[in-house]
Amino acid sequence: MIGGLFIYNHKGEVLISRVYRDDIGRNAVDAFRVNVIHARQQVRSPVNNIARTSFFHVKRSNIWLAAVTKQNVNAAMVFEFLYKMCDVMTAYFGKISEENIKNNFVLIYELLDEILDFGYPQNSETGALKTFITQQGIKSATKEEQSQITSQVTGQIGWRREGIKYRRNELFLDVLESVNLLMSPQGQVLSAHVSGRVVMKSYLSGMPECKFGMNDKIVIDKQGKGGGTDEAGKSTGKQSIAIDDCTFHQCVRLSKFDSERSISFIPPDGEYELMRYRTTKDIILPFRVIPLVREVGRTKLEVKVVIKSNFKPSLLAQKIEVRIPTPLNTSGVQVICMKGKAKYKASENAIVWKIKRMAGMKESQISAEIELLPTNDKKKWARPPISMNFEVPFAPSGLKVRYLKVFEPKLNYSDHDVIKWVRYIGRSGIYETRC
Amino acid sequence: MPAVSKGDGMRGLAVFISDIRNCKSKEAEIKRINKELANIRSKFKGDKALDGYSKKKYVCKLLFIFLLGHDIDFGHMEAVNLLSSNKYTEKQIGYLFISVLVNSNSDLIRLINNAIKNDLASRNPTFMNLALHCIANVGSREMAEAFAADVPRILVAGDTMDSVKQSAALCLLRLNRTSPDLVPMGEWTARVVHLLNDQHLGVVTAATSLITTLAQKNPDDFKTSVSLAVARLSRIVTSASTDLQDYTYYFVAAPWLSVKLLRLLQCYPPPEDAAIRGRLTECLETILNKAQEPPKSKKVQHSNAKNAVLFEAISLIIHHDSEPTLLVRACNQLGQFLQHRETNLRYLALESMCTLASSEFSHEAVKTHIETVINALKTERDVSVRQRAVDLLYAMCDRSNAKQIVAEMLSYLETADYSIREEIVLKVAILAEKYAVDYTWYVDTILNLIRIAGDYVSEEVWYRVIQIVINRDDVQGYAAKTVFEALQAPACHENLVKVGGYILGEFGNLIAGDPRSSPLVQFNLLHSKFHLCSVPTRALLLSAYIKFINLFPEVKGTIQEVLRSDSQLRNADVELQQRAVEYLRLSCVASTDILATVLEEMPPFPERESSILAKLKRKKGPGTVPDIEENRKERNANVNGGPNHTSATSNAKASPPSFVGDLLAPAPPPTNRPRPVSSASFLQNPLTPLPPQAYAIPLAASAGTFYQVAAPAAASSTDLLGLGSSTSLNSTPPAAAPPTAASLLVDVFSENSPPVSAPAHIAVPATAAPAADDNFSSITTKSFHVAESILADVQEPTDKFVCKNNGVLYENQLLQIGLKSEYRQNLGRMYVFFGNKTSTQFLNFASNVVCQDTLASQLNVHLKPVDPTVDGGAQLQQIINIECVSDFVEAPVLNIQFRYGGTLQNIAVKLPITLNKFFQPTEMMSQDFFQRWKQLSAPQQEVQKIFKAKHSMDTEVTKAKIIGFGVALLDGVDPNPSNFVGAGVIHTKTTQVGCLLRLEPNMQAQMYRLTLRTSRDTVSQRLCDLLSDQF
Repeated sequence: MIGGLFIYNHKGEVLISRVYRDDIGRNAVDAFRVNVIHARQQVRSPVNNIARTSFFHVKRSNIWLAAVTKQNVNAAMVFEFLYKMCDVMTAYFGKISEENIKNNFVLIYELLDEILDFGYPQNSETGALKTFITQQGIKSATKEEQSQITSQVTGQIGWRREGIKYRRNELFLDVLESVNLLMSPQGQVLSAHVSGRVVMKSYLSGMPECKFGMNDKIVIDKQGKGGGTDEAGKSTGKQSIAIDDCTFHQCVRLSKFDSERSISFIPPDGEYELMRYRTTKDIILPFRVIPLVREVGRTKLEVKVVIKSNFKPSLLAQKIEVRIPTPLNTSGVQVICMKGKAKYKASENAIVWKIKRMAGMKESQISAEIELLPTNDKKKWARPPISMNFEVPFAPSGLKVRYLKVFEPKLNYSDHDVIKWVRYIGRSGIYETRC
Repeated sequence: MPAVSKGDGMRGLAVFISDIRNCKSKEAEIKRINKELANIRSKFKGDKALDGYSKKKYVCKLLFIFLLGHDIDFGHMEAVNLLSSNKYTEKQIGYLFISVLVNSNSDLIRLINNAIKNDLASRNPTFMNLALHCIANVGSREMAEAFAADVPRILVAGDTMDSVKQSAALCLLRLNRTSPDLVPMGEWTARVVHLLNDQHLGVVTAATSLITTLAQKNPDDFKTSVSLAVARLSRIVTSASTDLQDYTYYFVAAPWLSVKLLRLLQCYPPPEDAAIRGRLTECLETILNKAQEPPKSKKVQHSNAKNAVLFEAISLIIHHDSEPTLLVRACNQLGQFLQHRETNLRYLALESMCTLASSEFSHEAVKTHIETVINALKTERDVSVRQRAVDLLYAMCDRSNAKQIVAEMLSYLETADYSIREEIVLKVAILAEKYAVDYTWYVDTILNLIRIAGDYVSEEVWYRVIQIVINRDDVQGYAAKTVFEALQAPACHENLVKVGGYILGEFGNLIAGDPRSSPLVQFNLLHSKFHLCSVPTRALLLSAYIKFINLFPEVKGTIQEVLRSDSQLRNADVELQQRAVEYLRLSCVASTDILATVLEEMPPFPERESSILAKLKRKKGPGTVPDIEENRKERNANVNGGPNHTSATSNAKASPPSFVGDLLAPAPPPTNRPRPVSSASFLQNPLTPLPPQAYAIPLAASAGTFYQVAAPAAASSTDLLGLGSSTSLNSTPPAAAPPTAASLLVDVFSENSPPVSAPAHIAVPATAAPAADDNFSSITTKSFHVAESILADVQEPTDKFVCKNNGVLYENQLLQIGLKSEYRQNLGRMYVFFGNKTSTQFLNFASNVVCQDTLASQLNVHLKPVDPTVDGGAQLQQIINIECVSDFVEAPVLNIQFRYGGTLQNIAVKLPITLNKFFQPTEMMSQDFFQRWKQLSAPQQEVQKIFKAKHSMDTEVTKAKIIGFGVALLDGVDPNPSNFVGAGVIHTKTTQVGCLLRLEPNMQAQMYRLTLRTSRDTVSQRLCDLLSDQF
C-alpha cells in the first residue's frame, strides 16, 4: 500500500508531503530528490527503488508527483491512483502548476485525507468529492445533508447522489482516439494501434439507467446470427470493429457486460470517462508520409517530404504539424513548402512544418536543403523518424456509437426527451515514419 | 599576468550563461543549448572569416556547454586557430579549450603540438607559461613524447625568466609522474639541483618538488642536493620573518618551501659531512625553538603554517633517528601538543609519537606521556584520535608497562567504539602474549578479553591462547581452573565455550582432584552450554567429550548416553552426526590402551609467528602497524624505495605459516601427571588389510574435519590438511609415525587423487555404519593420529618448484633457504643456500636428507658436509648431488638443525625433487608424434585428468610452464592451435621412459584436459598429478 505521497516542484523542493505509514521516514523525501530529480543522468523509469523503498512518479508539466512505498504493491494501481489524483486536482483548481499547488495546499491535504486512507485508495470520483470537499470552506451542513453525504460515501452508488434535477436533460458523448503508427520508409506499417476513450458529460435528473451500444464485432455478430441471415452479418461485419481490450468506469455493471456484452450503467453527474479501449486491426490511417532524404557530399543534405490525407474529402483535418529531424551538425537550412508554414527550430533540432487545415484525399509537399558542418566525430547520424501531429473529426478505429438509451422509471422523462450530442475526435499519438 | 580587461568581457557569453541559469527545467536548458549550438555551427560554417573576438567567444560558449555535460564534436579547429593568435586572452581560451577537451588521439594533436612548440620558442614569458601549463594539464604520453626534451632545456637555460622556470619545473614534474620512462635523465639533472640556489623562492619551491620526486627514483644522481637543501633551509630558518617579503605567510618564513625541503631531506640518510650535519641539526633545533616562542599572530593560519614546518621537521628527525637530543626534544614538543585544544594537532601528535616510540633513543621519552595518552583514550571525543591513542599505546608498550597498558585497554574496550573494537582486541592479545612474564596473567587477560568483547575476538585469538596453553606446562593447570570458573557464569560467550571445551578436554584431569570440579561436574558444566552453541562449537565439544572418556573412565557411561541420544546420533548436521557415531563406536570398541593412544594429549605446537600479528597486519594494511622491531627498517626502505624494500615486504607477506618441528620424534614433553599411557604393542598390531579405496575418503574427511575444528594450530584449515588440493595429501610422506599404519594410510591417500568432495563426505555415515567393526574404528582413530604427526611436522614444498629450478624454498624469522638446481639426464645437482637472517650466530648447524622407505632405493641423495656455524647475516652454501635410480613419487626431506640463542631449532623441508626434473626434451615431427602416441595406447599407459583452471588461462604462461616442466613444446602437431603438445624422455639409472603429453584448454569453461601417455603407468600418473596442479 502507498506509504506516502510527495509533490515536488521542478527544483526538487517539496510542496506537499503526506506520509501515511510509519515505515516511510522523512529521509525518503530527500532520497527521491537526490536520486531522481537531481540525478546526473536523466531518470526515465517511472518506478525507482532506492534503499528498498519504491518510488512511483508521474510528472505534470514541471511538477513531480511521487508515491512511496516499502511494500510490494500493485504498480498499476499506484499509477492509476496518481493519475486520478491529477484529475481530481485539475477538477478542483485547474492546471497543475507550482503556483496553483501552493495556493491550494490546504485543499490538497484535505483531498489527500479523503482519497487515500492509511495508504489504501478510496473514492476518488470528483463529482462525489465535490459534494463534501468544497473550496469555499466548510459550511455547517444540516442533518439531512449530513446523512445524505454518509449514505453516498458508504452506499452502493458512490458516484452519484440522489435528488439531482435538471430542467433540460442533456448528454454529451465524445469518442476521443489517438492513433499511433510506425511506418517504414517504403510505406510498410511496422506497428499501428489506436487507443481510445469514450468521455461523457451527463446532465440527467434522478437516477437514470443508461445503455450504451457501439459497433463491437462480438455484439454485431451475435445479432447477425440472431437475425438468421448470413448477408446481414456480412454487411454489418464490415462496419464492426474488433476491440482488443477495454476498461470501464466503475459505474458500468461488469456482470452484465460479461454475460451479455451490453454496457449498462447509472452515470455519475457531470464529466467522466465511461470506457477506454484499444484496437489494432483495420485502422484507418489518416495521413501517409513519404520521405525522401538524399545526402549530397559531406556537407549537404536534401530532404523532400510528401504528405497525403487519406479520408473522405468532405472532412477537414486540423492542426497538422510535421516534424522533420535534422542532423546534429546542421549549420543552415533552406525550406520551401507549398502549403502552411515551415521553420527550422534549432533548439529542437528539427524542421517544423505546420498546416492549419487540410481536406481529405489531398497531397502536399515540402523540400529542404540542409547544410552541414564537417565534424571530427565519426558517428553517423542516426536518422530519427519523421513524426506528425494532427486532429481529424472521425474515429480512426472505425468505432461508431449505435445508441445510448436512457431509462428513468421514477421521473417522467423518457429516452426521447434527452438531448444527446455525439462527437468523434481522432488525434495523433506517436505517428512516425522512418526516413 | 595581464588581467582580462573590461572590454574583453564577452557579453554574448554572459547572456548565454544567465539564460541557462534561468531555465526552469532540464528540457528548457537542453533547448537553449541546442539553439546556441546551431548558432555557433552556422557561425563556424566558414562562409566568412570570424574575427578573433567572436572566435574566442564561441569557443568559450562551447567550453561552457561541454562543462555542463554535453558532447561537443566541433570547434576544435577554431580553438587550435586561437592558439596562434597574438592576443593573450584569445590564446588563453584556446589553451583552456585544448586542455579540457582535446583527447590524446585526436587528429589535431600535431597541430596543437606545433602551436605549443612555437610558443615555447617565443621569447614571450606569458606565452611560454601558457604552453607549459597546457602540457602539464594534458599530461598525456604524446605530450611527454613531444616535449620531454624541450622542457628540461627551458628549465635550465640561463636566460629563462623566473616565472617560466617555475612552470617548467612543475610541468616536468607532471610529465615525470605520468610517463617517467619518457623523461630522459641527462646533464640537466645536475643543473636542476642548482636551482635550489636560485634567487627566486618560487623557482626554488617548484624545483624542490621536482627534485624530491626525481630523488626518490635515483637517489644517487641528486645526492648533491642535500647540502644545498640544508643551506637553503638554514637561510630560511634563520632569516627574520620580514626578509622574504612575498614568501612570508602570517609571520612564518616560506612555510611551503621549508616543508618541501624537509621532505626532500627525508629521501636521504643523515648527511655524512659533519659541517652540513651540524648545520642541519642547528636548523632543526631552531625550528623546535621557534615552536616554543609565543605566537606572533592569533590567526589560525600562523599556527597552521608553523606547525606544518614543525611536524615535517619532526618526521625528518624520526627518519634520521640519529640525534638522541633532537628525538627527545621532538618527543617533548609532541607531548605538549597532546594536550592542545586543536583536535587535529592532538591527532598528529599521537601519530608522530607512534613512530617515535619505535626509535630506541626516544622510546623512554615517549613512555613518560603514558598517562596523557591513556587520558586521551578515555576522554577524546573523536574516534579517529582515540584510534591513534590505541596505536600509540601499542607502540610504547614494553615489559615494564605492559600490565598497565593492557589493563587500560581492557577497561577502555568496554566502552570503545564498535569500529575499533576488533583491532583493540587483537592488540591486547598480542601485547599480552608478547610481554607476558607469567602466563597466568596472560590466560587471565585473554579470558577477560573474551568476556568483555567476545564478538570481536577472532578465531586467531583463541587459537593462540590454546597454542600457548598447550605448549607451556606451567599454566595448564591454572588455565583449566580459570576456564572452569569462567564457564560457571550463567551466560558466557561462545568463544569462551570453545576455549573451555578445548582446555578441559585436554587438561581437565589437572583439576579433577577437587570435588568442586570433579569430572562429572566438568562434563555437566560443558554440556549445559552445548545446546546454545553453533555447529562448529558443538563439534568441538563432542571431541572434548571423547577426550573426557579417556581422561575420566568414570564418566564414560554418561557421555556415551549423551552421544547415543537421538539429538546426536541423528543430528541433521552431517558433521555432528558423524562425530557422534564415530566417537560412540570408538568408546565402545576400543580398549583403554587404544583410547589412550588415539586421544593422546595434543603435542606442543611448533613455535612460529603469531597468527594474530599477521591478522592485525592484514587488517591495517602493510606498514601501518607499528611493529616495534621492523617498523624502522620498513620506513627507511619505504622512503628510499630501494630494492630491499620490496623483497623485505614481499617476504614478510609471503612467508607461509610454517609447520616446523622435529620430524623424527614429536614426542609430547614428559609430564608427571597421571594420564593413561598407551602400550607399544598396539603399534605392532597387524592391521587386517582392507580394501583401502572404500575408506580413503571417509578417513580423509573425518580427519580433516576433526582438525578443522579441533586444532587451533591451523592458521587456516586447508593449510593443515590440505584438503583443498589432492597433492598435499598424496605427497605427504609417512614421516616417523608408526610405520605400518602410516604407510598403509599414505597408500590409501595416494590412491585417491580426486579432492575430497561434498558427496563423499555425506556418504560417510552410510559406509561407516555397516563397517563399524574393530578394524574400521582402529583405522579411523589411527588416521587422526597419523595425520596429526605428518601434518604438524613437514613443511609442504610449494608446487612452484615443479616448473622452475631456482627460488626461495623456505623462510621464517631466522632462516631463509634458497635453491639453485641443475639436472642432466638422471643426475642432478642442487645448491642450497642457508641465509641467517638474524644478527647472531647459528651454532651446531647440521643438515641431512631423509629418503623414506622405498624412496631410498629410487633416489640416491648425497650431501656435501658444511661448516657447523653460520654467522649473523651470512649465507652458507651446501651442495646436494642427486641420482635418480628409478621413477619415484615422494620427495626427500631436508632436516636442518641448529642452535639459535640457546634453543635448538629443527626445520624439516621437503626438497622439490620431482620426477619431471629428469626430463630430456625431445623434438619430433607431427608424424612421429602420432605414431608414438598410438603405440602407447594401452589403457594403463594413458592418464587423463580434467580439472578447473586455478590461474588465469594465459597462453604464454602455459607455454612457459610446459617448457619449465621439462618437455619439448611441439608446435604445429595438434590440429587445434590452442592445444599444447609436448614430448620428452625421463632418464633414470635403470630405464628411460618416453613421455608424450597433450593439454587442451577450454576457455569458456575455464577447464583443462591433460592427457599423458608414457610407457610406465606409475610415471604417467605421477607426471599428471604434478603438472595438473600447475594450471
